[in-house]
This record gives sequence, structure tokens and C-alpha cells, in this order.
Amino acid sequence: METMSPIERVLRALALTLVVVFFMFPIFWIFLMSFQTNETILAIPPSIVFSPTLSNYAALITGKLQTAAGTLDIAFMRNLGNSIFLSTASVAVALVLGVPAAYAFARHKFKGSEDIAFTLLSFRFAPPLLVLLPLTQYFQWLGLSNTYFGLIWVYQLICLPLILWIVRGYFEDISADVEYAYRIAGHSWFATFRKIALPLAGPGIAAAGLLAFIFAWNNFVFALVLASADKQPVTVGALAFITSSGIQYGQIASAIVLSVTPTLALALYAQRYLVEGLSLGAVKG
Amino acid sequence: MASTATLRKPASGFRISRKMLPYVLSLPALLVCIGILIPFFTAVIYSFQRYRLSQPWARQFNWGENYLNFVTDPAFWNTLKVSLLYAGITVTLELLLGLGIALLLQRRSTINNFISIMLLLPLMIAPALAALMWKLMTNPSFGILSYLASLIGLHDFRWASSPDTALLTVVLVDIWVYTPFIMILLLAGLRSLPTQPFEAAALDGVPRSFVFFRITLPMLTPYILTATLFRLLDSIQQFDIIYAMTQGGPGNTLTVFQVEAYLNFFQSTNVGRSAALLIILWAITYALSNVFIKNWLRLRERARGEA
Repeated sequence: METMSPIERVLRALALTLVVVFFMFPIFWIFLMSFQTNETILAIPPSIVFSPTLSNYAALITGKLQTAAGTLDIAFMRNLGNSIFLSTASVAVALVLGVPAAYAFARHKFKGSEDIAFTLLSFRFAPPLLVLLPLTQYFQWLGLSNTYFGLIWVYQLICLPLILWIVRGYFEDISADVEYAYRIAGHSWFATFRKIALPLAGPGIAAAGLLAFIFAWNNFVFALVLASADKQPVTVGALAFITSSGIQYGQIASAIVLSVTPTLALALYAQRYLVEGLSLGAVKG
Repeated sequence: MASTATLRKPASGFRISRKMLPYVLSLPALLVCIGILIPFFTAVIYSFQRYRLSQPWARQFNWGENYLNFVTDPAFWNTLKVSLLYAGITVTLELLLGLGIALLLQRRSTINNFISIMLLLPLMIAPALAALMWKLMTNPSFGILSYLASLIGLHDFRWASSPDTALLTVVLVDIWVYTPFIMILLLAGLRSLPTQPFEAAALDGVPRSFVFFRITLPMLTPYILTATLFRLLDSIQQFDIIYAMTQGGPGNTLTVFQVEAYLNFFQSTNVGRSAALLIILWAITYALSNVFIKNWLRLRERARGEA
């Protein structure tokens, strides 16, 4: 490694530059596009020198789109609100249900525990439509079609396996001796869980929650199948928006920027835990 | 110990016996499991029925007919071919590219760490939105990539709207989104390898190609296997990118399993065929996931052992 020839050094730098350009350029370009008017976007050849405008963002935030044919209502802010609500609520539910279960799986070997854990894991890799298509019929029957409650319930398919397997690993890393000592001192099981286990696994639980939020936010197919326009998150809403707004390319670009900013910000914040989360706890960063 | 704990509890509070406790705690997870298994078995039943939403009165069991029809159905063979092709091409290219990038970034330095964090960003963008980004960039009238293609002489290059290049375009988006996944797993693997074999090889003046093929690759194999299987499982059921980009078109160029099943269910309302397609896809992923989980568990044990 230390004995790199100058030619190799240059080649490595060149390769890395190409890699960075390929992966960063689309983000950079869509970001620029979101500040351009349609005239600038349609200009040939494309130019990165232009006078930026905030009109695209203004149109999305006010929900009024001025077109030649008149004013068009756009519900994009509603989609953004749906994304925030669905992801937050799903992660909250998954944490309340998943953390105690992860603790039980880590501390007690009991009959059926591994079966539950592995069923959840194997359905993480099953085709989502296999479960979703029959669910559309069950949801109609149960009156859960197009309700936030039904969607949050189904989102547990994404959040719960993730939380369960990552948090379980964190509990397994903590020595049980501390907990035994605390119990012998006369504290109840629940007090031990709350005062000893939870704080020790705290950072891991927070990281698992952030990751689950990112995955819930980025999900597309669940809401595509189970939600109508007024409950759809940004991933589905942005697609519908393209068809309805026609040629308002600047607004589409700014809708994409608004939709990806939260996950990108969270990913940068939690990047230390990403490797572990992405591999469901199999690889440590 | 158990008795002290019970003694301290207020008499009014309800008690859960120690034996029941783990069951009570894992009850929600169990309920979610049941919630998954019921629709799963419903889908199995659908797949053995003649069931069209447009003709609910004609619904009846036809046993294996949905599956038997596939044998002579060119649309099914097209679905199988496109799905395998898509998964094969994306995973191979992502593995080679991801390994290459991981090797470039292996040495810990400020700039390498910064780049590896930057490269994670595409992975954190929703695949459906990533497809929309590329759709804007490949638009024939203003897309920057169409413009760049015309600069190198490819006039009127139609990307996803031409049957000849549609697969190439969605593969490109898949590579953009998921190469960072393989890269970051292999980078973590590379950085966790013990240093002694490499130091010994350097001392003995062993050629670097020998070091790579005889030391680095074998030691990295569990990571490569886990990353590859993980991606293969996701890639063979890719839906978001393809649906957002072309909805399976043009024609039936990109009707992979899940897209075809979705279109069967919602457009031609043929629930039986849709379910049968998904069961076949499930069988493929189930076989793969069994291999995967074995490798994943081994790696997980190792990670826990190091902690």
C-alpha cells in the first residue's frame, strides 16, 4: 500500500473521480433543475449557469400551479405530510412492539422464539405483493382499505424485522450479569429492563429506529397497492404528480428534492450505524 | 431471586409468571407473523383457483391449471427470462463495481471516509424516486443524458422508451442505487480482515495479484456471499424502479415477476394467474433465502464474537 508508483496513484485518483461523478451527478443535476424555470430546462445546450428561481418550490408549498390552461391544484404537501406521519407512526409502533420482543429473544431461549424470529426474517425477503394482493381483499372486508391504521399495520412488515434483529444483537452484546446483580438487589423485572437494559442498548435502538424510518419513507409498493390519493406518501405521490402536471419539469424536480432531503439528512446523521442496519446486524461498520 | 422480585411487587399489580414473560413480550411479533401467514396462505389458495375480479361468479378451484398454463404461455417464459436477466446483470455488475470501489477506498483516510459516506446517498434515495430522477435525465427533449448521448453521435437515443435500450436503462438505475450497498458491506469486510497475513506477504515480497486472489478474496468470501445473495433476493423481485420508470413497458419488455403480477391483478384482474406467478417467485426466493440465512447467521456470529 505504501509503495505506490506515481502512475498507480494517478490511475486510482482518476478511477475514484469517475466513481464520484457517476454517483453524485444525478443528485447535483436534479438539485439544479429544481431551481430552474421550464424555459431554462428546455434550453439546448443545457447550461449550469442560470438565474435560480424559487417559483417551483413556491408552487409546491402553496399548492397552486399556474399553467397556460389555468390554475391547477397540487396535493404534494399532503403527500409529504402523509410520508412524515406514516413513517413516524410506523417506527413508533415497531419500537413499542419490537424492543421488548427483541429483549425476550436475546435473554430467554424459549419454545418457538427462533421460529418467530426466522419467519419474520424470511418474509423480509418474500415478494411483498404476495402478501399485499390478498391483503387488499382482507382490508376491504375489515374496513381498513385506505386508512392510516391499515397502512401503519402493514408497514410493520418493513420496520419490525429490522428493529427486532438489530436491537436483539445489541441486547446480546450487553452482559446479562449487570441485570442479574440489579435483580438480586431486589428490583422487579420491569425495573431492570427500564433502568439497565434499555439505557445500555439505547444508541442501538435509536439507530435502528432511524433506519426503520428511512426504509418506511422509501417504501413504494405498499402504499401504491393499499392507499388512495389522499393517504399516499411522496414516493407514490411524486409518480402521480408527473402524470397530472404534464410538462412542469421544474416542479417535478423540486418535488423530488423535497422528498429525498429527509432521508438523506437522516442517513448522514446515522451513517455510523448504516452498515450494521443494512446487513440486518450481520456486519459491523 | 424470583421470590424477591415477586415479594417487592405491590399486591394490586397484576403478575406475569416468569415462564410466561417471554411469550407475553414476543406476542406482538407473533401476531405480525400470523398477519403475514394468513394472506400468504390465501395467495396459495388463489393460485389454485380460476379467479377473475371481473367474473366473480365464475370463481372455482381449477387446481394446477394456472401453473400448467404457464408451460405453453410465452408471456410467462418472457417474465422468467427478463427477471433472471435483470437479476443476473445487475448483481454481477454491482458486485464487480462494488468490490472495485471498496478496494479503492480500503485505506482509512479522511478523503476515503468522506467519499464512502457520499457514495451512500443514492442508496438512501427511494428507488421509485431514483427512477424518476433518471427519467428526467433521460427525457428525449431536455434530458442531460440524451444530450450527452447526442454529443457522442447517438442521436435520438430513446433510453427507457425503446424496447432495445429499456433494460439497459433500468439496469443503470439499479446500479446507481444499489452498488453502494455492496460497496459498503465489502468495505466493512475488507477493513475487518486481520493484518498479519498481508504483512507477512509484503515481507516475503509476494506479488500483489497473488495476495489479492489467494489472501484477500478467500478471506472476503463470506462478505461477498452475503452481499450477493442479499442483492440477488431483492433484484429478482425488483418492482419500484421498473414500475416507476416504464410500468413494465414498452410492450412486455420489462414485465418481471412482480410487475407482471401487479398488472395481472389490477389491469387484467386475473387474480389466479397473478397469485400463481407470485408463488413461483416466492419458491425461487425461498430457496435463495435459505442459503442466504445460513451465510448471514455465520457472519452475524462472527460480528457478535468480535464485539
